[in-house]
Amino acid sequence: MDMNERLKLFWEVGASMVNGTPHARELGIQFVAIGDSQATLALPYSEPLVGDIQTGVVHGGAVTTLLDQACGLAAFTGFDTLGGLATLSLRIDYQRAAKPGQTIIGMAECYKTTKHVAFLRAVAHDGDETDPVATAQATFMSTGPRVSFEDALKARMEKAEKQTQTKTRSSS
Amino acid sequence: MTNPIEAIKERLANIPYAQTLGIETQFMGEEFTLVLPYRESNIGNPSLPALHGGGVGGFMEVCAIAQLILNNPNRELPRPIGINIDYLRRGRPVETYARAQIFKQGSRVANLRVRAWQDRFETPIATLNGHFLLGKDNT
Repeated sequence: MDMNERLKLFWEVGASMVNGTPHARELGIQFVAIGDSQATLALPYSEPLVGDIQTGVVHGGAVTTLLDQACGLAAFTGFDTLGGLATLSLRIDYQRAAKPGQTIIGMAECYKTTKHVAFLRAVAHDGDETDPVATAQATFMSTGPRVSFEDALKARMEKAEKQTQTKTRSSS
Repeated sequence: MTNPIEAIKERLANIPYAQTLGIETQFMGEEFTLVLPYRESNIGNPSLPALHGGGVGGFMEVCAIAQLILNNPNRELPRPIGINIDYLRRGRPVETYARAQIFKQGSRVANLRVRAWQDRFETPIATLNGHFLLGKDNT
């Protein structure tokens, strides 16, 4: 399938997939970018994320959630079909404390997919990619009913066509 | 000396992230269980629905930290070094529990395992194992 069509679809659904996740919204996770087998999200600093009020450092669990979410989105783009996903395993190494006040960026890359399993690595940093806060390794499983990209695109096009038809009818 | 139950509650109150998730502490004698009450804001997949894997992971991380606080009341908060999380079952939209066990505690680093479950202890929804750096000793 046309790579541009694929990317267009990812950009269309990427932001809504993050915004449609209640727990991601709760922590303030934002969609930044999506590509073929990769995704980038941001976690702006906020008080509810703090793990120690003495230091103001963001809790490891918030970084875990950012990386899990970024890996999920990258895994979504890595599979040949569209559908549900579940995390199987997540390994995180915390290299250093995130600087209080800084936005944390989570970048994930899906380097291999089989029919049902996606393999990913991810990095969380607070400004300098070469000095990460944490690095991660994850596996995800595809779940539930799945549709091919062609079918998903066709369904979207038909929906868009219907909408324009209704619009032209109502404006004429 | 302050009661360990009160001490642990007080220390957890200083972790805003634990409040964000809505974590509560339950004691049975010397043992404690962390409770993650069901909240819509902890959902990861609304169509199933299922709890967010990251949220469940964060919950287990807080549980490991709470266990280390209990065993090292005079130390500052521990920090995670490296953790492994295995997701075994979908986290249904109900109350979730977690309990931690220290497998090794050295002078600087501790190794723990955490289990998170819902109705049955025997069927965990996720497990965490990892190393944590102990905080500065203030005794």
